[in-house]
Amino acid sequence: MKEGFRQSMAWLHTWSGLLVCWILLLVFCAGTASYYRNEITLWMQPELHGAAASKVTTEAAATAAQQAMQERAQGAPRWFISLPGERTPATQLGWSKPSKPGEKKRGRRGNFHSEMADPATGDVLSKPRETRGGEFLYRLHFDLHYMSAIWGRWIVGFCAMFMLVSIISGIVTHKRIFKDLFTFRPKKGQRSWLDAHNVTAVLALPYHLMITYTGLVTLMFLYMPSGATAAYKGDQDTFFAEAFPGGSNDRKVSGVAAPLTPFAPLVRQAEQHWGGTVERISVNHPGDANAVITLSRAAGRDMSSKQPSMDFDGVSGKLLSTNGDELPGASATHGVMYGLHIAHFGGPLLRALFFLSGLAGCAMVATGALLWAVKARQKQAKALAAGKRPSFGLRLVEALNIGSIAGIPIAFGAYFWANRLLTVRMENRPQEEIACFFGAWALAAIVAQLRPSRAMWRTQLAAGAFLFCALPMLNVFTTQSHLGVTLFMGQGPASVAAFDLVVLVLGMGLAYAAYKLKPVPAKAVKTAAATKPVISTMEAA
Amino acid sequence: MQAPAITEKMPRLRLSAAAIYRLGVASRSIAAIAGGYVLAALATMLLSVCLPMARAEAVMTATLLSFAIYTCAVLWVFATGSALRAWLGLLIPGAVIAAILQWTGALSWSLA
Repeated sequence: MKEGFRQSMAWLHTWSGLLVCWILLLVFCAGTASYYRNEITLWMQPELHGAAASKVTTEAAATAAQQAMQERAQGAPRWFISLPGERTPATQLGWSKPSKPGEKKRGRRGNFHSEMADPATGDVLSKPRETRGGEFLYRLHFDLHYMSAIWGRWIVGFCAMFMLVSIISGIVTHKRIFKDLFTFRPKKGQRSWLDAHNVTAVLALPYHLMITYTGLVTLMFLYMPSGATAAYKGDQDTFFAEAFPGGSNDRKVSGVAAPLTPFAPLVRQAEQHWGGTVERISVNHPGDANAVITLSRAAGRDMSSKQPSMDFDGVSGKLLSTNGDELPGASATHGVMYGLHIAHFGGPLLRALFFLSGLAGCAMVATGALLWAVKARQKQAKALAAGKRPSFGLRLVEALNIGSIAGIPIAFGAYFWANRLLTVRMENRPQEEIACFFGAWALAAIVAQLRPSRAMWRTQLAAGAFLFCALPMLNVFTTQSHLGVTLFMGQGPASVAAFDLVVLVLGMGLAYAAYKLKPVPAKAVKTAAATKPVISTMEAA
Repeated sequence: MQAPAITEKMPRLRLSAAAIYRLGVASRSIAAIAGGYVLAALATMLLSVCLPMARAEAVMTATLLSFAIYTCAVLWVFATGSALRAWLGLLIPGAVIAAILQWTGALSWSLA
């Protein structure tokens, strides 16, 4: 450790940040994209773009959904219905298939059927291409991929803890945190990177702190189960039952058939009770005398992730219980912290601000990683000028920086391209799209390890820029809902147009970075010699 | 990282100053990651048992605070003067909390 408190904190900031920054960058990018996970999924299913999202009241949508389920989900022990909202134009119908006697259990997914329906009529929408869409990016954010979800969550949690330590020590080590916010000295090599790191970090500091801490909170009972174990003497189930009270959902099948009561009056009653709209309807044992209908409120009424629900008798329509109307303090705090992380409460403007803050987070991680490499190169300046090779650590970090900072956009771009270019009726289509994501990224990362140079930065940034900028163009050839239709003719969902414009802007940012890395003229190379770090003249985009 | 200059001679252990420095960093890293976690987990247990509120609420509050406790422990480990002090700073409060938990009978369940 260095002498002095501030120095030791600076050391801690550097190393806790550097060691996990490449995974953090992936987590940040995937998480930032996840704010628009519904929109990304919609973009990735052009077959649904034409389906005129007929605006209907929740009551009418519930009635149409009930009719559709009664026709199509005969004998299913459970129904799940998600009513359309601002960000999801279609009704989602799902049911668990009745298990036949003697049949092996196929796990939760194997027994589940789900489809999209027109909110007004309940008719099935034309079956879209199979894709994981934004859901893949959302899962990637905390489950990673190619490993069990639990391992992924522990790794992400470990990195998040490093990040929390790095943020706090970064604040502590900062003498002039306010002044630095207004300091940017461009084209000054290391100085510029330091300023860029400070600006992106400090500007959105409350966000960074909030998102890191609440990220840990979303999985806190996985990471820190000791409290529940101690207070409940090892009985976690009782704790969860007390901390997350459900309703009277545990009624058994009676075997006596009875018609299900209409949803609409229950929806009206629930909406009056909450002063908010109903989003989910689930039914246990539909068609049985002991059926239970549970309605849950849509997010957006407050910041909490915990939405209240109401249980009704499925035959008489009598209210059985209300759950979560009044939460005790700590539970409500937990709900708000969780809610802050997933930001389901946000309207379009707030969501955009979260997205921008997420991008600032990506930039903070990236500039921090670059700053380390620039500093290390300066330390080795003499040796490098004498014609020696950079140290192993420096070379590794520079290559990892290229492979992640320039490589992750390539992976995202490849994922979206694959969605448009793979044959629509391909087998295992979702997996193939994901394979394209990781294939492209692996290629970028490996090539970067082979030749971590300025030219490599330029090539990879340009590749990412091309993939992003050309997406709206690709849409013209592969869909009926390209910008020409969505923007200029004002038809089709606005979110599809917004997606095209956002990737275009991001792609232009990458292109600008690639442009700034244009080859240094021969004269300048002579004077600057090898002391100039490969990326020092690149400005913060 | 530059190793601090160590002036006094160490005749028995013939380790270079750089090696001693690295061992110190390794020792502190283990103290921070593993020791810090154990201390945070113990503090969470103590708060879960002791906080004067409903059982589920106490657990919720304690677990929400646990990551702040963990962070403070990590900062302490790297801020303090020597690796030995870092370990002692974790072990002493950890032992005290464990003793209280043992006394109240809350620990035996968690170790089972």
